[in-house]
Order: sequence, then structure tokens, then C-alpha cells
Amino acid sequence: MGAREDILGNIRRSLGVRGDERTRRSVVQERLARAPKGLIPQRGQVSGEARIALFKEQAESVQASVARVSDRAQVPEAIATYLRDHNLPAELRMGSDPRLTGMPWGETSLSLRHGVSDGSDTNAVSHAYGGVAETGTLVMVSGADNPSTLNLLPDNHIVVVDAAEIEGDYETMWERLRATYGKGVMPRTVNYITGPSRSGDIEQTLLLGAHGPRRVHIIVVGDPGSA
Amino acid sequence: MSVHSTSPQFKANAGHALADAQLQRAMGNVKKGFIDKRRAAADRLPEFEEMRDSARDIKDHTLAHLDLYLERYEEKVTEAGGHVHYARDADEARRLILDICKAQGAKTVTKGKSMISEEIGINAYLEAAGMEPVETDLGEYIIQLRNEMPSHIIAPAVHLNASQVESDFRRVHKHLDKDRDLSQPVQLLTEARAVLRERFLAADVGITGANFLVAETGSSIIVTNEGNGDLTQTLPKTHIVLASIEKIIPTLDDVAQLLRVLARSATGQDLSVYTTFSTGPRRAGDLDGPENYHVVILDNGRSSMLGTSFEEMLRCIRCGACMNHCPVYHAVGGHAYGWVYPGPMGAVLTPSLIGVDKGGHLPNASTFCGRCESVCPVRIPLPKLMRHWREREFERHLSPATVRAGLSFWGYFAKRPALYRFTTRLAMGTLGWLGRIKGERKGRFSRLPFAGGWTQFRDFPAPQGATFQQRWRQEQRAKKQARDGREAA
Repeated sequence: MGAREDILGNIRRSLGVRGDERTRRSVVQERLARAPKGLIPQRGQVSGEARIALFKEQAESVQASVARVSDRAQVPEAIATYLRDHNLPAELRMGSDPRLTGMPWGETSLSLRHGVSDGSDTNAVSHAYGGVAETGTLVMVSGADNPSTLNLLPDNHIVVVDAAEIEGDYETMWERLRATYGKGVMPRTVNYITGPSRSGDIEQTLLLGAHGPRRVHIIVVGDPGSA
Repeated sequence: MSVHSTSPQFKANAGHALADAQLQRAMGNVKKGFIDKRRAAADRLPEFEEMRDSARDIKDHTLAHLDLYLERYEEKVTEAGGHVHYARDADEARRLILDICKAQGAKTVTKGKSMISEEIGINAYLEAAGMEPVETDLGEYIIQLRNEMPSHIIAPAVHLNASQVESDFRRVHKHLDKDRDLSQPVQLLTEARAVLRERFLAADVGITGANFLVAETGSSIIVTNEGNGDLTQTLPKTHIVLASIEKIIPTLDDVAQLLRVLARSATGQDLSVYTTFSTGPRRAGDLDGPENYHVVILDNGRSSMLGTSFEEMLRCIRCGACMNHCPVYHAVGGHAYGWVYPGPMGAVLTPSLIGVDKGGHLPNASTFCGRCESVCPVRIPLPKLMRHWREREFERHLSPATVRAGLSFWGYFAKRPALYRFTTRLAMGTLGWLGRIKGERKGRFSRLPFAGGWTQFRDFPAPQGATFQQRWRQEQRAKKQARDGREAA
């Protein structure tokens, strides 16, 4: 007998079941289909500007920085300012997300590079799929628009997120993902990112910038109500 | 059986650990950090205790339907273009992984942190086949350089001090300037980052573990702070996920519940920095991500724990809170436990996986203070399960003759209550009297027959003269009198 059948058989023997019981199967089907929400903390149950404020507060508590602009056209200037303020080179890598490429980059002196990183980029910008206010978390999905490696390889990661796409809790984010990609279907990679990379492996001392970005700068665009 | 175990020598291991000044200094960091941070994180979430119940219920539900969720998970991985392989034991898992690596002509294999990979001893196996496995979690990288096992399931190098890491880096990173300054932890981190960045980019295969496998979507989830796991699974051409059967979770919503207790219990973070959901290989049009996605699902004795009292152990989500709060772990560190999993969770899991004949000492290394159970995010009754192992050890005549003789002696009296009351009263009365008349060390004994193991290290306090049962009766009587008095008034 193969390993698969052996393992499933042993699980069933231990549980005292056969595996074809109607009720067990329907319990499992039902749970997968309905995906019941569990206990959702009150913390994220705020809307409008209060939700953006919570997102900002939580993100800053894990050493991300957060800026706010009123529309997309202001993003290039905000990034240029951020890089200048931190004495970082005026260069930026990005994927092919039209929300990013369509921005007025010509108004800045930033030199742009597109596509995946070879690991030597100092700065990159990505557009988030959304955010979760509960923990100040960015939700990134893979694809040519925003290659996953841009979330990880550059020293400084700048992330643009629409205020209207910041949800209160993880459960609402799953609802949105299911609506976008279909129930039971996921993009290749979904990254939940909560602050810059860190390690406490040496004497339990918290240090930023272990293998991923040393800095995460979030630019929240627009109003929570519009988008 | 998988990697070599020194669990049978636990007592000797513990003795060495207690005498190791370097280790004792490092273990001080565990006591300081983890406990306060977890407390603060739990306090920040008013629903934390209820969330633990929710997490426990999800795991119980999943384990009761594990066969069906596994089938569904496999279906979804296959739909997404990935491959699921099953391994009954460590040897089968190692061979599956080696075959995948060989098919890729792999030379460099990067690894995210995975306790299962320690369990099956994959590094030595790949090395023997001429490949180079590279641990990329900072702590794991450090202990790989030292040829050691992790001493903690989430902080593998917690037993080391910065100066030890510095000398390892100087020994191994020979291509770097001899006179460089490595006196600060941040300099060590920066050096490791630069060295490992090259390895990430050179890797042919990346192996990660999984914190959870989602049946709804066929996704594997890793939770890290460094980002090493993400680079491991995104950069190479092939990603292998190595996970045990009990990592299955029904839905994304269930995962959200578990994530809310995992990081808070582990490091006191609300959420770890990177929580990554991977589903199959790269899609059409993707510019990065692996071209091949394999999942190796390991049993290694776990399916036999289902339906027994040890089934509850399969709820474990490997946060490490039990060891962070364990006075025994604090005293001896993780290596003394002698196999892969240390602390209270290791004391329960190790005998299940390698046999109570080899791991039987571990469940005995507990005072049953109950701190582990009080912080476990999925409410595993660890002390109860350790007690079950003690019972099994006794039933199977594995405990030493002196222990068995002592327990039989005590059992003879315990089964005869009148005789028990009489002899204990006599013994306690005598000891109490001896304690009171002894001049200069009043109230304490520096030596006692049959109690050398205790009095060799500290004095034994003299009993006050009455037995527990006498005292209990007395207090009950006093309570009753007080009650009657109140009612009369």
C-alpha cells in the first residue's frame, strides 16, 4: 500500500471512522463552503477616518512609517521627499501596476527601474491589495504588477495603499479576496506584512532589517469613503 | 526514529547544563523577555482568552475530521499546479526531498526555519548526497555553523551569547576583513544578511516548513519575522514545503483565529512581520516565484496519537510559550532534552514520537507547576499529558527499580487508609518533634535518611507536627463552627 493510503487509513483507524460517513463529509463540506467567521476582536470594528487612524497607529507601533496624501498624483513627490529626508539615492524599482506606472513621475527627478529585483536595489515601491487596521498590516498579492520579491529584497520598501482598501480585520480581507479571485482560489502569493523585517535571535535583542527591508514606508492615498 | 536522541541521558544533560555558566547567562534572556512581552500582548487584546478557546475548538474540529481535510487540501494543491507527497516516516520524507532536489540538479538548498526538518535530519542527508543545505533564519544559521541542534522551537540560538556568535562568524566567514568590528549584535546581523543574500540568490531549491496548511485553498502558510522564509520560497526554481499532518486548518477564517493567538503567545507581537500564503507554483505572467511547488506531508507517528489521550498534543501550533514559561526549561535550556522538541511540549511529544523508553525522563522533569498550560494558546493540558506518560512508564516497568520500590511502598499504605493515617501521623509527629528539639538548626534538617537527593543541596524544612489530613479536618471543623455560629446569630 502507498504512503498516502497508509496514512489516511491509520488516521481513520485511530479516529474510529471509515471516511465515507455522510454526516462527517457534510460537516466538512459545510465548513469549507461557509467558512464561518470566528471571534472578531472589537479593536478593528471602526470605520472611516477612525479606521485609518488605527491602521496608522498599529503600523507605527511596529516601526513602519506612514504618510497620507489626498490623491494618487501626489505619490511621486511624497516618495521623492521621503527618500531625500532619509538620505537615500533617488532611484526606485517597481512592477508594472498601472496604478503606479500612471503616476506623474516626470515631476520628480527619481530614476525608475521596472520589473523584478536582482537583489541590489536600494528602494522599491509596490501597490498593496489592501491593509488591515487591526494590526497595521499590508496585504500584498503576487503578479507582474507587484512582484513578490520587491516586498523582500530592497533595503527600503515603500507601499502605496488606498485608504478605501484598508479593512478593519482579516476576515473582511478574506471576503474581498474571495470576491476578486473566486472562492477557494488564491493568487500564487499573498504577503501579510506588518512592519520592517527584524530578528531577535542574538541575545533576544530586537534588530531591524534581518533579511527583508530595513524600512517600510506606507503612503495612504485618498479618503476611506471614496477610492 | 529520526535524528539521534540523547533524551535517555536527560539527567546527565541537565547536570552539565546547570554547570555551564555561558548557558546560564544566555538563559537569563529567556526569563526576562518572553514572559513580559506575552503578557503585554495578551492584555492589549481584550478577547485574548476567548480567542484561545476559539483556537482550541478549531484544532479539535480539524483533528476529528483530519482525513477529509487532508484529502481536500491535496485536491486544492493539485488544482493550483502543485504536488503533494506523503511520507510515513522520516526516512521516507528524506528520500522524497532528495529525489526532488536531484531531479533539479540542485547544489545549493536554502532552508527556512522548520522543526520538522530537524525531526527528519534532512541537512545531514542532503550533505551526504553532495548538496549544500543552508539555514537562513539567523538563529538557525548560527547553530548550523556550530553543528548544533536548535535549543528552542522559535529562538533556536537562545542558548548562545553574542560573543560566541562573533567567534563563529570569524571562524567561518574567512573571506571578510580580519579586523572588522563585530562587537555589536547589529554588526553580526548585517554580516549574516550580506553573506546569506548571496546564498538566497544562488539557491536551486528552497525548503520551508509550514505553520498552517489551508484545506479551503491548498495554501501553505509560513510566519516569520526576518523574511528569510519568504526569500527561501520565492527565489529558487523549486519550493518544497515540509509539514506534518496536523498542520491542516479548514479555512482562511480559521487561520485568522489561530494567527491572533500565535504571535502574541510566541514573541508578544500582535502579528509576526511576514505571514505568507503560498499556493502552487508561479502563474502565467509572473516574474518571480518558484516554477515547481511540492508539499511533503509527514506522519512519523502522529496518526497513532489520534483517538488517544495524546491527541490533544496535536493541537500544538509551536509558539514556544510553554518553554518560555517553564522553570525547568529556564534552568537547563533546550539541549538537555536531548531531541528536537524541548520544554513541556517536547516532554509530551518526544515520548510519542521516539518512544517512552527513550523519552521517558522528559515528562518526569516537571514540578507540575502548571504555567505551561496556563499560557498555551490552544489550551493543551500539558501537565496532565506528562502525568499520562509517567503512568505509562510505570505500567511498562520502565522507571528505575528504586522509584518503583518507593511507589510500591507508598502504595501499600495508601491503599490502607487507617494504617496510612496512623503511620503518617507518627512520622510527622516524630519529625516535627526532632525539628523542634534540634538546637542550632532549629526547624530544618541538613540530613535525612532516604532524602539525600534533597538535603545534599538544601535543608529540608521540619514539618510542624500534624499531617495534611489532620490539618484539613481541623480547618473544616473550624469552618463549620463559624458557619453554625453565623446561622445561630
